[in-house]
Amino acid sequence: MKRRNFLKACVIGGATISLGKTNKGWAAGSFEGYPEAMGVLTDTTRCIGCRSCEAACNKEQNLPEPETSFQDKRVFEEERRPDSKAYTVVNEYEKKQPGGPVYRKIQCNHCNEPACLTSCFVNAYTKTKEGAVIYNSKVCVGCRNCMIACPFNVPGYSYESVTNPIVKKCILCYDTRLKVGKPPACVDICPQEALTFGHRSDLIKLAHERIREYPDRYTDHVFGEKELGGTSWLYLTSTSFDKIGFDTTLGNEPIISNVKEFLGMVPMVLSIWPALFSGIHLLSKGKHDDHGEQTETKQEDH
Amino acid sequence: MKKMIKQGLEIVDSPYLENGEKRGLVNKLLLGLTPSQYLLQAFRNPFNWLLAVIFAIGIPILLGRFVFGLAWATSGSNDYPWGLFLGFGLFAMVPLSSSGFQLGTACEIFGRHDLEPIERLALLNGLLGYFFAVVYLLADLGQPWRLPYPMVVSFGPAAVLFLVAWHVSTYLSVQILEVSTAFFEWIGFPAGKRGVRRITLGLTVSGIILSTLHQGALGALFTYAPGKVHPLWYSSSFQWLHFFVSSLPGGLCMVIAVSTIAAKTMTWRGDGKFHANLDKITISLAKGACMGLATYITIKLIAIAHDNKWSYIDSGWGQWFMVEIMLGFMLPLALMTYGVNKKNMTIVRAGAFLTVFGVVLNRVNTAIITFNWKLPHREIPPWREVLISITIFAIYIVVYRFILYRLPILYRWRQQEEPVLVHATEPVRSAAMGHASQAPIASYSSITKVE
Repeated sequence: MKRRNFLKACVIGGATISLGKTNKGWAAGSFEGYPEAMGVLTDTTRCIGCRSCEAACNKEQNLPEPETSFQDKRVFEEERRPDSKAYTVVNEYEKKQPGGPVYRKIQCNHCNEPACLTSCFVNAYTKTKEGAVIYNSKVCVGCRNCMIACPFNVPGYSYESVTNPIVKKCILCYDTRLKVGKPPACVDICPQEALTFGHRSDLIKLAHERIREYPDRYTDHVFGEKELGGTSWLYLTSTSFDKIGFDTTLGNEPIISNVKEFLGMVPMVLSIWPALFSGIHLLSKGKHDDHGEQTETKQEDH
Repeated sequence: MKKMIKQGLEIVDSPYLENGEKRGLVNKLLLGLTPSQYLLQAFRNPFNWLLAVIFAIGIPILLGRFVFGLAWATSGSNDYPWGLFLGFGLFAMVPLSSSGFQLGTACEIFGRHDLEPIERLALLNGLLGYFFAVVYLLADLGQPWRLPYPMVVSFGPAAVLFLVAWHVSTYLSVQILEVSTAFFEWIGFPAGKRGVRRITLGLTVSGIILSTLHQGALGALFTYAPGKVHPLWYSSSFQWLHFFVSSLPGGLCMVIAVSTIAAKTMTWRGDGKFHANLDKITISLAKGACMGLATYITIKLIAIAHDNKWSYIDSGWGQWFMVEIMLGFMLPLALMTYGVNKKNMTIVRAGAFLTVFGVVLNRVNTAIITFNWKLPHREIPPWREVLISITIFAIYIVVYRFILYRLPILYRWRQQEEPVLVHATEPVRSAAMGHASQAPIASYSSITKVE
C-alpha cells in the first residue's frame, strides 16, 4: 500500500514536471567557433575617427537619419553605445594623452558563444557558419534578457515602437552582404583600412604578425581572440584595452559557463525531489495524523 | 463592516441563510449585504479613497503604456533593460510568494496540521503573488501577446528564462488548483473540491520542485551578467541558492505580514479558529523564517569568502550592502528570535515586516540599484514607470482583499453536505484498486464534515 502510494506520488509529481522539458542540462562545451567563420580586425592605431563607417552602416541597414550629420565631431564629447538607431558608433578615448586621441569603433562583436543566444528563451538568435550572430524578430517576445546578458552592452531595443518593438544590433550585414561573400558595409568604406575583413583564423594570424612587426606600435594582445570564448570581431591597440572602453575583467570563459552550474543542477532536482518529499510524507504519515499534534521539526528551511 | 455586524448582519460563511434558504451568488458576492449597504461600507472605508485616487491617475497611464508604447511609459533604457516592472514586480513578488509551497509542504508532506488555519492564506498569497508577477511581466514585455511563444512557437531550452517561463506557468496552474478547493466550497461544487483533494500530494510535491527551481532560476538569470551585477550581489556558484534560500523567510514573513494586516483590518472575516491560533502559528512561522534568515546570512558570507570579495565591503557599494544585510536580514533575525523567545508578538511581527522589506530591497538592489555598477550614470525610473508599478500593486491589494472577503480562506465554510468519508480523499488509483486506507492524507477533510 505504502509503496503504491509512493509510486503514485512520483508519477503525479513527475508528470506535472515533465511539462517543464526536463533536459536543460545540455549547454555548450568549449566551442571554438565555426572553422569557416569570417570576422573583422579593427586596428585602432589606424582609425582617425572619421565616422564614415557609421554613415555606411546607417545607409546599408536603412536606419533613421541621425540627429546631427556624420561629420559632426561633437558626438565625441560623450561616450556612446550602439542602440536601435545606430548599430555602430565610434568613440574617442585617451583625449589628453600624448599618443591620443584613440578612436574605437563599437558594434556587435559576434561572439563564438554569444551570451544573447544562450540567454534567449525563444531561440531568436543564430550564430551562422559565416560567423554572424543574427536575430529573428518574428519570434522575439521582448523580454530583453539578451541585453542583460550581453557583456559588451550591444543590443538596442526599439522601445518607441508600440506594436512591433524588436532588438536591433549589428548582424555583420548578413542578409545583404556576408551571405554572398561580401564584407560588411563599414569595412568596405573605411578610408584608413583600419578594418580588415577575412576568415577569423587568418585575422588572428594577421594581428599577431602586425604585433611582431611593430612591437612599439601595438600592445601585445589581440582582444577577442580568447575573451569570453572568442569573438569574430578582433581588436588591436597601442594603449591598454581597459583605457579604450573594454571591460578586461571578464575573463576568457563564455558567459554560459557561469550559468552551467545551475543548469546542471536542474535535472537533479527534477529527479530527486519527487522521491525525497514523497518519501518524507510517507515517513511522517501515521505519526502525525492526529490533527493538532505538534512536532518541533520545521520544513526544509535548513 | 463592524458596524453592520453589530446591527445584526449575518456573515457569509455557509451556503445557507439563517432561515435555511440557499444563498444566491449575488448574495455571496455582496457579502450578504444589500447593494446599497455594500456601497455604503465601501465608501466609509478611507483606504478605498486612497485606492480610488491611485486608480484615477494610474489606470489611464497603465493603459497608455499599451497605446503609446514602452518608450512613453518607461525609461526605455538600453543599459537598464529591466526596470521597476521586473526589478520590483517580478523579482520581488515571486520570493514573497514562496509561502504557498512552504505551508503546503508543512501541512501536506510533514503533517503539520497545527498550521492548517493559515495554509489557505499561504496558498492564496502564493497564487496572487505569482499572478501579479506575471501581470508586471506583461506590462514589461515588448510584445506581451507573444508570451506563449516559448511554449508553442520557438524553444530555447538552454536558457534559464525558458525554465522560468515553463515553471512559473506550470506552477501558476498548480496553485490555481490548490486554491480552487476554497473556491469550490464557496461556489458550491463539492465534486470539484474532492477531485482536487485527490491529487493534493502530487500538486504539493510538484509545487516544491517547481518552486526550488524557479526561485533559484530567477537568481541564475543574473549569472548571465557577471560584469554588470555588483560582485557583492553576485556569485556564479551560489546565486541560485541565495535567491532560493532568501525566498523562504521572504514567503513566510509575507504570510505573517498579510495575516497581521488581515486580522487587524478584517477581524470579522477570520473565524474563531483563525484568531485563536494566529499567534501560535505566527511563532511557528517566525521560527522557520529565523532558520531561513540565519542560513541566508551564512551562505551570503560564505559566497563573499569563496570569491574573496571582502575588499568590496570597503566601498560605497559595500556600505549599501551592509545596510541591506543588517537592516533587512540581521536585524529581523534578531528581532524575531527575541520575540519568539519572549512571546512578544509585536516584535515578531515587526521582524517579519522588516524581512519582507529586506527581501524586496535585495531583489531591487540586484536588478536595478547596483546593476551596471561599472557604468558612470545611474538610472532613476521616470514617474510613469513608478506610477504604473504602484497601480499594479494597488490592483493586487484590491484583488487580494476581494478574495479574502469572500472565499473561505480565513474562515471555515460550514457545509451542509454529507460527511465525506475518508476514502474519498484517497488517491484515485489506490481507491480503484480497492485499497481504501483509513488514514486521511488530506488536511481539509475535517472541514467538509458537518460542524
